[in-house]
Amino acid sequence: MSSNQHIRTAFDRDLDQLQAQMLRMGGLVEVAILEAAKSFETQDVQLADEVRAADRIIDDIETQINEDVTSIIALQAPTARDLRLLLSILKVAGNLERIGDYAKNMAKRTHLLLQLPNIENSSSSLRRLSREVQLMLKDSLDAYVQRDTELAKDVIARDNDVDELYNGLFRQFVTHMMEDPRNITACLHLHFIAKNIERMGDHVTSIAEQVVLVVTGRMPSESRPKGDRTSIDVTLSQE
Amino acid sequence: MNEKIISHEELAMTSQTIKISARHVDVHYDKTHAIRGVSAEIPSNSVTAFIGPSGCGKSTFLRCLNRMNDTIKNCQVSGDILLDGEDIYDPKVDPVQLRAKVGMVFQKPNPFPKSIYDNVAYGPRIHGLARDKSDLDGIVEQALRRAAIWEEAKDRLSAPGTGLSGGQQQRVCIARAIATAPEVLLMDEPCSALDPIATAQIEELIDELRQNYAVVIVTHSMHQAARVSQQTAFFHMGTLVEFGDTKTIFTNPRDPRTESYITGRIG
Amino acid sequence: MIEPNPHKSLFVASAQNKRRATAEKRFHMLGLTAIFIALSMLAILMTTIVAKGSGAFQQSFITLDVALLEAKLDKKGTRNPDNLKKVTTFGYAPLIKAAFEQVVVARGIETDLTSKDMAAIVSKSAAAQMRDRVLNDPRLIGTTAEFKFLANSWIDGYLKGRVTRETIANNKNISIAQLDFADRLIELGIIEKSFNIQFILGADASDQRPEDAGIGVAIIGSFAMMCVVLLLALPIGVAASVYLEEFAPENRLTDFIEVNVANLAAVPSIVFGILGLAFFINMMHFPQSAPLVGGLVLTLMTLPTIIISTRAALKAVPPSIRSAALGVGASKMQTTIHHVLPLAAPGILTGTILGLAQALGETAPLLLIGMIGYVATNMPETVSQGLLSPNSAMPAQIYEWAKRADPAFYERAWGGIIILLIFLVTMNLIAVRLRRRFERRW
Repeated sequence: MSSNQHIRTAFDRDLDQLQAQMLRMGGLVEVAILEAAKSFETQDVQLADEVRAADRIIDDIETQINEDVTSIIALQAPTARDLRLLLSILKVAGNLERIGDYAKNMAKRTHLLLQLPNIENSSSSLRRLSREVQLMLKDSLDAYVQRDTELAKDVIARDNDVDELYNGLFRQFVTHMMEDPRNITACLHLHFIAKNIERMGDHVTSIAEQVVLVVTGRMPSESRPKGDRTSIDVTLSQE
Repeated sequence: MNEKIISHEELAMTSQTIKISARHVDVHYDKTHAIRGVSAEIPSNSVTAFIGPSGCGKSTFLRCLNRMNDTIKNCQVSGDILLDGEDIYDPKVDPVQLRAKVGMVFQKPNPFPKSIYDNVAYGPRIHGLARDKSDLDGIVEQALRRAAIWEEAKDRLSAPGTGLSGGQQQRVCIARAIATAPEVLLMDEPCSALDPIATAQIEELIDELRQNYAVVIVTHSMHQAARVSQQTAFFHMGTLVEFGDTKTIFTNPRDPRTESYITGRIG
Repeated sequence: MIEPNPHKSLFVASAQNKRRATAEKRFHMLGLTAIFIALSMLAILMTTIVAKGSGAFQQSFITLDVALLEAKLDKKGTRNPDNLKKVTTFGYAPLIKAAFEQVVVARGIETDLTSKDMAAIVSKSAAAQMRDRVLNDPRLIGTTAEFKFLANSWIDGYLKGRVTRETIANNKNISIAQLDFADRLIELGIIEKSFNIQFILGADASDQRPEDAGIGVAIIGSFAMMCVVLLLALPIGVAASVYLEEFAPENRLTDFIEVNVANLAAVPSIVFGILGLAFFINMMHFPQSAPLVGGLVLTLMTLPTIIISTRAALKAVPPSIRSAALGVGASKMQTTIHHVLPLAAPGILTGTILGLAQALGETAPLLLIGMIGYVATNMPETVSQGLLSPNSAMPAQIYEWAKRADPAFYERAWGGIIILLIFLVTMNLIAVRLRRRFERRW
């Protein structure tokens, strides 16, 4: 006879609370991604400042989650699925905190880019990219809550698209830089933003991998798609 | 938007009252100095665990709290132990009356070889807590409900208490202890004779019991103390080495001896 | 070397194992031999007792029709009880003689005996038996009633094979002619052996009438004593034991008491008899030979046994029960009365029954207080009479019978032993049953 409830209900309460914290953190990070992209697109400095301030809350939650997980492991000595769950919450929280930092970083550069020449299509491309990543994050968190490995694997696969988009942007920026040297500063900053968004995608993929680990006990067998070939394919930078 | 997240334990601690206050308690058995200058404060509506290696004195100290050490020959207890501010070793205090207020559950389930009903009703009967039969029935039912054994026992109240499984017997013993309307419940390794499922059920029960009683549990399993208690006291060779919030003791204890014991470096 | 030797087969026995197996077989045989010896002793004992004693349960009876002549028994014809009582057994004796004469004629028995000699084969209790029956039912006067009289002990011995024509050569009580007469009567079915309930229920009789002797009164005496022992020894013993086990402080005085109780159990029983004589009879002037005194003496004797077995029963109650009771807030007294004693009760009961069984068979103390040598002829009428009037006890009665000269009494002594053993075995069986039934698994 198996049951989803522990005999000791206090344990269940603690786990539910932790998961709720994590989801709250995830929601805040999604908002941060979207608002950072929006602030860049609409050149809303105030919004950018808000994003930067909100990152502190995200960091606080991560600290609290760390403490709580430590405490539960020390006090309840969880095993099997419970242990994987707790360790995955730690990793997911870490990943979310990094994503949040990237979003904050994006918002920080908004100030800078206001003073630099505008690169056409850059904001819409970046918006598309961040929207893509934000959707992946939402799906990965849904997959986590529902313990849906199919959805998680789908998210992992979509990272490919993000990488392709990033590759495209890379080529674009190189082109712009070669056209007009006055664009270099702006393009470099934009590139950093694009890179950060691409990295956000990688962290989201990591979250999705945790879903598979919690449910099956093993990391997903297919290796992570590495669509970012900019570091190995020299032809990308040549046009 | 600056939220500080307060854990519910911290919230609970600030509003707790102290039920038992022990100050500089010493216990001597003949020539052995078993308890050395122990001071501790047991809060109400909370679970306090005593942990420590074998022979460290945790059971001895527990038995001081309801004067069960009086029944042991050549046992001398000195120091103050106050229950709600009253010294329980004061000559005016009748140990019999004290033990109705401070109930005890033992390591090996020991129901009387009488019916389940008589087991639970014995305490109220000798202390005159029931006015008539229906009153007594009510007390018995409430005690069995609080001990989470009413459903299993209600159709066999006249069956002997010894005919149940180990976990069920222990719950009957818990019901027997709480039938005298105690304020404190002392538990001396209540799960050591039980299998893991029964142990988990008793731990769940202890979690419910703290709503109504101050529970003090001696356990040789520190993991059980970690799961079940809000405060933990670590005893070593008769002294109280560290007493504090369970979470702190198990994640970041102050005393190196505590750390050694908990991490399994000393026995 | 503690490394295992891999090449030793389990199917081959080593020399050491063979030696050990032989030794064990020898030991086994020794045990069986010992049991065999013990059992054969027991078998010999049992068969001897049964063979010698079973005779006592059967007596020879003579069935006669006796004409109860009104002229002899109730001259006035008024059936007045006072007048009837005035006729003593001497008045009834001639009727027996007449009855024999009639039988001889009616059945055509040839004999040279006088009617007096014929009547002599009947027990001397016959006349009293007739008188009792007539007084109980005066309507019998004037009729001819059938009586079953005990044959006298010599005829009885003849039927049982104890008495032969050779052994009675110099005996004044019985003659060969009477034996021949008896043979005829046996053939006719007038004399026959049947079960004698009087042996078990009846009173003892004088030397002259061994056929009439019964152990019934002695049984009552024993019973009275056992009641006294039970009523006194059980409460005192249990109370003393409870004190020593639960309440006594651990000091020199308690040790002293315990040592003395243990020693008392080993004191020879005759010492208790002297004590009884000196204290109960001489100092307190209790009636001599009374079951009350016997009971008091046996109480003193049984007390150490009960104290020791009660203590064992109390010690067997696990301390967890006491802890549980104390933990709930019971006082020491409540713990003892509500929990410890009920659980120790089967053990206490067993010990008491065994103590009683032991006391039942004791003879030596009774010697000194006078219960031996007393002829227990009267059934006590009331309880106080049962306790205070002189009586005997079963073992004493057996001893008394064994002392008497007449071999008929000897047979009765064996019969008494059988009855005593039945009592003892029954009591022991009850004790064993109780112990088995109440054995608790903690």
